[in-house]
Amino acid sequence: MRRLAFVIGLAVAVTAPLWVWNPYHLHTLIMAGIFAVLALSLNLLLGYTGQLSLGHAAFFGIGAYATALLSVKGGCSPWIGLLAAIVLPGVAGWVIGRLALKLRGAYFVLLTISFAGCVSLVSVNWMDLTNGPLGLPGVPALEIALPGLPALPLRSKTAFYYVVLLAVMLAYLLCLALIRSRVGRALVALRENETLAASVGIDGTHYLVLAAVISAAMAGFGGGLYAHYTRFVSPEVFLFTYTVTMVIMVVAGGKGTLAGPVVGAVLFTVLPEALRAATSWQWQMLLYGILLVAVLFFLPEGIVPALRRLRPEPHRRASPA
Amino acid sequence: MILEARDLTVRFGGVAALAGVSFQVAPGTVTSLIGPNGAGKTTAFNVITGFQRPTQGTVRHDGQVITGWRPHRIAARGLVRTFQKTSVFAGLTVRENVLTGLHLQGRVGVAAALLARARVRAEERRLAEEADRVIEFVGLGGRRDELAGGLSYGEQRLLELAVALAARPRLLLLDEPASGMTASEKATVAGLIARIRDGGVTVFLVEHDMRLVMGISDRVLVLNYGRLIADGDPATVQRDPEVVRAYLGSGAHAHA
Repeated sequence: MRRLAFVIGLAVAVTAPLWVWNPYHLHTLIMAGIFAVLALSLNLLLGYTGQLSLGHAAFFGIGAYATALLSVKGGCSPWIGLLAAIVLPGVAGWVIGRLALKLRGAYFVLLTISFAGCVSLVSVNWMDLTNGPLGLPGVPALEIALPGLPALPLRSKTAFYYVVLLAVMLAYLLCLALIRSRVGRALVALRENETLAASVGIDGTHYLVLAAVISAAMAGFGGGLYAHYTRFVSPEVFLFTYTVTMVIMVVAGGKGTLAGPVVGAVLFTVLPEALRAATSWQWQMLLYGILLVAVLFFLPEGIVPALRRLRPEPHRRASPA
Repeated sequence: MILEARDLTVRFGGVAALAGVSFQVAPGTVTSLIGPNGAGKTTAFNVITGFQRPTQGTVRHDGQVITGWRPHRIAARGLVRTFQKTSVFAGLTVRENVLTGLHLQGRVGVAAALLARARVRAEERRLAEEADRVIEFVGLGGRRDELAGGLSYGEQRLLELAVALAARPRLLLLDEPASGMTASEKATVAGLIARIRDGGVTVFLVEHDMRLVMGISDRVLVLNYGRLIADGDPATVQRDPEVVRAYLGSGAHAHA
């Protein structure tokens, strides 16, 4: 049944531009895809190592600025920029992971919030580099340039939709490969019982740094895609709202599952837009809030684990004490 | 000596949990560390396995000073411990628990996990077989796919032992492995400890159950108020007047 759901989901995703005519709807799906990458990245930390990063927008923003600065001011190819949007946030993630050392739980949360605050202030105040609150307009579109063929800019929404879909699949496969290995077990051991993990030779700090680097790099990649999609980057990319949205997607979708963040990202990107269409603006956010509370109240583990529970695998029947 | 502690001292503020304790553990033996509550037994374990830095003193493993090393490094040297308070990965199945314990037996890193899936699959197969062997050894074969948190107390303690064994210890430190167990479960644990020793693993044991301790130990160390008050074979230690006093109090009325 899980395989069937997966195949149907994939088929719907691949064919979407064929039956989603309204460009605004397609835009919503593109944003859902970008958020799916972000949610998958946050899930690596929150869902697997159990550490909550409330500064994830910082990695997203650093990625967006990295590629925007390189391609607007540095004249680099957008692909080089996109590479920098992975590497630079990855380095930032390494720094955060090293700083965290033995900080866990609330202290880790505070560290990540402070980091995001600092980066956001830099983006506003380092006028020479970032143009401050004015932002960086004119970020070039991605384009495929093969030797001997005319360059093919990925400017249309349909083209970009497929770029994002590919990105989501890559992010998903990356998480899947990590989780289904000894590395993934070490990350989960950190979440479940770090002391016990250390006693059997698992270096908690090493694996937390590793998760932070990969998570930050993925979030940065999402930021890079966002920059080349909206073609404009401003300090708004560091807004706390982005982080909160990612957390909602991961937690409501089902943290510590691979499908959860993707389901959460699609649902919580489409939902506000659907509510906007269905009701007046006064009701939109109110209803969004009520629905969110309802999901968390009735499905505290998240949507995906709740769906799995409908048909429990035999060995999962035992409930944790 | 597989383990050699010299002059171990741990002070918490004005209290000395350990006050200059020295002892050795010979390879291939079961050595027990006993003493009344608060004598410093668990503190000694914490210092040996890197979870607590001693105020003073050194710990050597095969001659190498390991004082101040981080726990995972000490585990990688083959010193693996269990905990007094039951400690399993509650949200994972029995098999996943043991697979996690097998961490050091795997080699796959991030790069291999992403790019060499064939290697990952081969390693996973090898580790799964190894996990099954360990699970069978402690007798949890029928519970393989249960969540650890759903096991009975006695089963959780056996799982703890399995997780520690998975890390392939050369010196296994067991902190009250039989506490809270029924008589028959205790007998099972005693049997397992003997088999582990026979398999070439040195066992260092903290335990309150005297019958279990005296039955399987080659040597017994007695701690009281952070000091070593006796060290010898079980029969000698049992007759030691200071040990009797520590356990029963200096008055005639026994309250221990």
